[in-house]
Formats: sequence, structure tokens, C-alpha cells
Amino acid sequence: MKAVIALPFLWLGVFFLLPFALVLAIALGINAPDSVPPVELGFSLKNFVLLFTDDLYLAAWLTSLRIAATSTAVTLLLGYPMAYAIARAAPECRPLLLMLVVLPFWTSFLIRVYAWMGLLDENGLLNQFLRWSGIAADPAPILGTEWAILLGIVYAYLPFMVLPLYATLEKLDAGLLEAAADLGARPITAFLTITLPLSLPGIVAGCLLVFIPAVGEFVIPDLLGGTETLMIGKVLWDEFFTNADWPLASAIAICLLVLLVGPIALFQRQQARSLERRS
Amino acid sequence: MRLPALVILLALAATPACGPVFAQGGSVNVYNWSDYIAEDQLKAFEKDSGIKVNYTTYDSNEILDAKLRTGRSGYDVVVPTASPFFVRQLAASLYLPLDKAKLKNWNNLDPEILAALGKYDPGNAHAIPWMWGTTGIGYNVAAIRKRMPDAPVDSLRMIFDPAVVSKFKDCGVMMLDSATDVLPAALKYLGLDPDSKKTEDLAKAADVVKAVRPFIRKFHSSEYINALAGGNICLAFGFSGDVFQARDRAAKAKDKQEIAYAIPKEGSLLWIDVAAIPKDAPNPANALRFLDFLLEPKVAAASSELTGYANGNKAALALMPKEISENPLIYPPADVRAKFYTITAGTADQTRERTRLWTTVKTGR
Repeated sequence: MKAVIALPFLWLGVFFLLPFALVLAIALGINAPDSVPPVELGFSLKNFVLLFTDDLYLAAWLTSLRIAATSTAVTLLLGYPMAYAIARAAPECRPLLLMLVVLPFWTSFLIRVYAWMGLLDENGLLNQFLRWSGIAADPAPILGTEWAILLGIVYAYLPFMVLPLYATLEKLDAGLLEAAADLGARPITAFLTITLPLSLPGIVAGCLLVFIPAVGEFVIPDLLGGTETLMIGKVLWDEFFTNADWPLASAIAICLLVLLVGPIALFQRQQARSLERRS
Repeated sequence: MRLPALVILLALAATPACGPVFAQGGSVNVYNWSDYIAEDQLKAFEKDSGIKVNYTTYDSNEILDAKLRTGRSGYDVVVPTASPFFVRQLAASLYLPLDKAKLKNWNNLDPEILAALGKYDPGNAHAIPWMWGTTGIGYNVAAIRKRMPDAPVDSLRMIFDPAVVSKFKDCGVMMLDSATDVLPAALKYLGLDPDSKKTEDLAKAADVVKAVRPFIRKFHSSEYINALAGGNICLAFGFSGDVFQARDRAAKAKDKQEIAYAIPKEGSLLWIDVAAIPKDAPNPANALRFLDFLLEPKVAAASSELTGYANGNKAALALMPKEISENPLIYPPADVRAKFYTITAGTADQTRERTRLWTTVKTGR
């Protein structure tokens, strides 16, 4: 029994804490481009100081937060009705509908993003359609704009929003809604006072699953975005590969984790407590 | 030849520190660009020498750089681009000096390319040149002609003069996302030393790029291949070999766009991919034999036929079809070669300053 409990902690230790400690050790070191590996271990806060003195890092971080927050909100608005519809569908239809949500994963993520490039570029299918239908004679390319990044993130992460929402909505006792209707509540009132609060754990889980990876997203902005949109993932890439500055790249990774996971962990704890109180 | 950064990330994630298959004894672990050597020649080497070649490929200097810097890569022969990668790796003492007494074919090499390479590696002590090419202007012939019949396609004005570039904004312009390729060209355009590390010179170069930035659709180091080939852009500042790829792909497409390449008359940054032996190579003796094999004229000639790039092997010239050896875009004439330039690596602080400046240029921050 103890072994079973120890297993997740072992997993956490080996695959999270140990790598994290290594990254932290590198972040506290000094860039030594002429040695292998290019780090001089030590205890220097130089890298962290640089992160807070050059506004590039803060600006990139804020852009990433903004894009992640916007795409999470859009994903939620799209995902909630989808999850709701699946949860309310006839039980024999649900597995099929769920499978349709998961189906895109059967193709490589990279190929799907490349497919979006083909759809969105200057002579892509979308623009061809706009020209053919006469909606726009000379449509502007969407590829290379922030819209394309948002579209890409919403598309790629939608299943991560739908699945946890479905899981909570599906367990919802339909009797509660009937009771509300019997007591004269209109559907909208019933939804706002019963369904929405009870599905809050699903909303939180879905939002976190979308928001956290979206902040550090690199692939989608690189392929679909333009040069102007500077996200933290690209900055980290530049530090590691272009400047070959492993300590500074590690410092960015540490800050990303602390600034992201810290508040989220607190938020989740708050959520858990309020749920306990309610029950 | 250069893939998007994300492919690099995925490749790194997929193969963390696990090098090639290690066969003890008669083997050599070669890590090369994909499609960069004629495969039948590799088989011939295995047969002649009895050495098994464990051949693996990559698509970016960054993957190689990260593996070498981590240490114990397990590779015997690697093929980095001379600048800024090889020269930076050399400064970190990542390579073994070559025992030239064991390289019987050394004298086949082109003295001109060796001299250019000597700027990075004094005395050519650590590396042999493999393929080389230029950095220049790729364009869609019809689209450019339609917008500006007298466009200066063979001049850096084509990409740095706002009055010219602005004409092509609507059909799309892309530029390499690389401070080490674009800033030296901008310096050259201004008539300054392309290898200048002076802050005030670099600031001037940055201003040149900033002035044309509104007309540039994207800075990216590989997307322009597909974009040119598919007719999504009409002008790109990129690597010779990549533009050739776009040209060949466009010629095969059903609407047959004509893509052309021009070497800027002001001068072009010469890139050289070199073969070298990492310091911790498990089979250094076999690595030397492999390098000597790369120096054989027929191997270089066959590989140039495959890649469409020029090689650093003078003796190979006679063995290649004339479409390659007499193509002025692949083997430019002496007056064009005389204007080739190379740039040195600089210190880590200079690298950081340049990267930061480049970010400012691209994003306006």
C-alpha cells in the first residue's frame, strides 16, 4: 500500500523535482561559452537581475499572458456549449461525439499546424474562397498575424477544454434542474445558479490545461505568427540557441514556472477550500 | 536545408543525449545534414575500408550545437556551418586538430575556400570544407517584373532600399531571421565593414533594416522556401541553396512560377559547411579515414550533383556536369568571388548585444 502511495511521489521527484533542481543550478551559474557544458556553476543572481532590468523579457511575458488569456477565454466559450451538448446527448451517442473531439490527435500536431498554414496564407484556401465568392477582392493574409496565433491555439487546445468540462457536466444530477424548473426557475436562471457553479471544477481544470501550455507555446507562434508578436517561448529559444547562454535561458524557465505555477497553485487551493466549505 | 525552429525542438526532445548506435571497433559515427552526401559513395567507403558507417542526419545547426555543448555526443564526424557555429564551437575547444599527414587527399582542396575558412580556423587545423554557397536574393521573376521592370535584382538595394522594397510589399517579402546574416549584409549595403562589431556601426545597420521592416512580411530562416515556391511571396533574402530548392519546386508545380536567384553585386556572405572531428570522438582514427574519403574528388562531385551546392574540392570540378561546374550562381566567376566576405564570431557579450539589437529591429522593442 505504501509503495502505491510512494509511486506518484517518486515519479514527481524523478521527472519534475530533479530536472527542476538541475535547471535552477544552471540558472544560478554563469555563462561560460568556452567550456562543456557552457556553464560555470556558482551562486550568482546576475541572470535574474538581467531579466528584470531589460524590459524585453517583461514585454514578452506580458504578450504571452495576454495571448494565453484571450485564447483560453475563447476556448471556454466554444468548449462549454460543446461539452454541454455532448453531456446532454443520448447516452449511446456520447462515445461517438467524444471520439470526434479526440480524433484530431490521431494526426501529428505539427502536421495540423502546417495544414493551418496552407489554409491561411496569401493564396490559401480561405483567401481563395473569399476571392471566388466576391466577399473580398483582395483579402489580407491572416497568416503571420496575432489572429492566426489565437486561431491556432484555440484549435489545438479545444479538446483539453471540452474533456474536463464534459466530465463534470456529465455527472451533474439532472434532477436538480427539474427541481429548479418545478420551483419556477427559468432555464437561464437554473443554468446560472445550478449548472454553472457545479461545473466550476471543470471550468477551472479546462482553463488551466489550456492556459498553462499556451503561455509557453512556441510552435504555433513560430509557424502561424508574425515577427512582431514576441512571446516568451521565442525569447527562451533565442537565449538557448542563438546566444548559447544556458544560464539565462534556465533563469527564464525558472521565472516562467514560478510566476505561472505559483499563482495557479494558490488559486487551486482556494478553489478546493471553497468547494469543501460548500459541501 | 534549414528547418523551422520547432522541428529542432521536437528533434531535441525526441533524442535527448542519445547519439547514434555505438558499434565498437570498426565503425564511424557520422552526423550530417540530411541529403548532404551521395549514399552510394557511403556504401563504397564501407566496402573499401571495412569501417561501418553509422550515419545520422539533422536539419539544423542548433541541434548539433546543443549536442556538442552537452558533451559526450558520441559522434566522430560532424558537419557544422563555419560561422557562427563551428567557430564558436572551436573557441570552446570542441574539436580535435587534424592529423594532415593522414589526409592523403588534402591537396585536392580549393585554396581559395581554404583561405576563407582559415579566417575562422587559423591554418585550417581543425576542419575541411564540404559544401559552400552564398547569401543573396531570391525572387519571383514575373511578379517583380510586373511591379518594377527595372528592379535592381542583383543589388542589396533590392532588399534594403525602402523605395524599392515598398513596391513588393503587396506580393510579399521575407528575410532571414538571423542577425549574423542580415546585419553584415546591411553593413555591406552602407559601405561599412560587414564584420564590424562596433556598436555605432551595428546601430546604423539596424536602422537600415528598420527602414524596410514595414514592407517585410516575416523574418524566418526557412519558411521562404515554401513561400517562394508556392507564390505566396515574391522576394526573399536567403541562402543560395534554399532558393534553388524553391526554384526547383516551383518549376514542378502546375502553375510553373519562375524563381530566380541573384548574388548581390556589392558582395555576398560566403557560408561554408565544414567537416570536423569532435574532441571526444570515440573513433578518431576512423574519423580521419572518413574525412580523407570526403576529400576524394568523386565523392565531393557526386554529392554536389545531389545537393546542387558548390564543394570545396578543386579536383572535383572536372568530374561534375557542366550545369553545376559552369553555373555562375553555384560557382561564381572570379570577380564575384573576390567580393565574398566572411564574419568572425565575436565574444559572448557581442553575441548577446547583436541578438538583442536584432530583436529590437524585428519587434520594434
